[in-house]
Amino acid sequence: MCLAIPGQVVEMHPDQPMLAKVDVAGVRRNVNIGLLENAAVAPGDWILIHVGFALSKIGEAEAHEQLRMLRAMGEDELAIEEVRGYSFADDRGGAP
Amino acid sequence: MKYVDEYRDPVLIENVAREIARTVKPARHYRIMEVCGGHTHSIYRHGLRDVLPENIELVHGPGCPVCVLPTGRVDDGLSIADGDDVILTCFGDMLRVPGTRGTALERKARGADIRMVYSPLDALKLAQTNPSKQVCFFAIGFETTAPSTALTILRARALGVENFSVFSNHVTIVPAMRAILDSPRMLLDGFVGPGHVATITGCRPYEFVARDYGKPVVVAGFEPLDILQAILMVVRQLNAGEARVENEYARFVPWNGNGAALAALETVFALRPVFEWRGLGFIPESAFEVRADFATWDAERRFAVPGVRVTDPSAAQCGEVLTGSLKPAQCRLFGTVCSPERPVGALMVSSEGACAAHYRYAQRAAETEPAGV
Repeated sequence: MCLAIPGQVVEMHPDQPMLAKVDVAGVRRNVNIGLLENAAVAPGDWILIHVGFALSKIGEAEAHEQLRMLRAMGEDELAIEEVRGYSFADDRGGAP
Repeated sequence: MKYVDEYRDPVLIENVAREIARTVKPARHYRIMEVCGGHTHSIYRHGLRDVLPENIELVHGPGCPVCVLPTGRVDDGLSIADGDDVILTCFGDMLRVPGTRGTALERKARGADIRMVYSPLDALKLAQTNPSKQVCFFAIGFETTAPSTALTILRARALGVENFSVFSNHVTIVPAMRAILDSPRMLLDGFVGPGHVATITGCRPYEFVARDYGKPVVVAGFEPLDILQAILMVVRQLNAGEARVENEYARFVPWNGNGAALAALETVFALRPVFEWRGLGFIPESAFEVRADFATWDAERRFAVPGVRVTDPSAAQCGEVLTGSLKPAQCRLFGTVCSPERPVGALMVSSEGACAAHYRYAQRAAETEPAGV
């Protein structure tokens, strides 16, 4: 339930400052970055994602660790299915 | 040590396990609660019981939002889908939770418009694309999830989307820990604190456990190594007669939490005077309701939610399992009347619940579980 999924920011949307496009194990989706304190994220940064929102910025080593943990728990496919399922923003960063 | 091969760092795991075995005092019994359902899942999945000395007893806590949601709230939420022109949305794990008139999936099969979403933002989007419908999001979860719901409500207000609402069942873990600590049946010596919840709350909210109850809390991650390391840290504190909050998961958990997320929670939600938890009963100020300023987006104000109370069968002993006075398999309903397919009690409902995890890994657990408490 409290599953958090690591992803790497690949693109920002200048006209949609609340969104960042992330790559999670090859799946690319927009996520909301409104919960990040001092929300400065840039392409290349790693974030922890939960139900469509970035929860925190993390290091690359932590991102790999988190993926490994999800695999060990047998929840990595579920995590990727979750990200694939986000339908709130189109690829160009549509609302909400 | 049978399952050690599966671990990432078998040598490290063995070292920590050996260190725990060296550190425990043979004459002492250690009862340690892992608060979070994610930890419970990991402990069973990785057979961690197998690498711990017999005098360490793990008690599985209430940190599973599906498990602690009372049946009456499930009924209330599903009743919203009975309305005309309503789309009820929820996360996947809510679909199979039984109410008194069946699960969300069964209601959907009978014609209710119930849809699974992966994010509350997906529900908001549905409201935008279905302006003639009322779209309600059946929200559950601890502090990990609640800020996302809060931000979605703020987003709905900013966008002027008024056919969207939230049926909030968000709960906060600290009052539940306090309720367990206040229970007359309480036998715990210390806690492994929740990892992902603490990325939001930080470690501060757990300080009262050490200060007021004299019990150690170690916030931990979810890998076997994290959990064992945290258990070792709790044991060391207990041996030294100390009680502090320590952060084993500092690489993810800032001591003060996530300020933006806590601010969003504070803006949108207020604490309910009291909320019922399955297995634990009524706990003051333990759940979030949508503030009156956001009434438009509050499903409990928008819909005539009946406010059903459904008492769990008194034969179910969830409360005793939760406070550590009974093991899952010692409940008189375990595995016979109450199973993951037909859950009666709270802890059998989700795979993160102690009883469901125990049932699923029963073969493994049966070999290692001490016969009694």
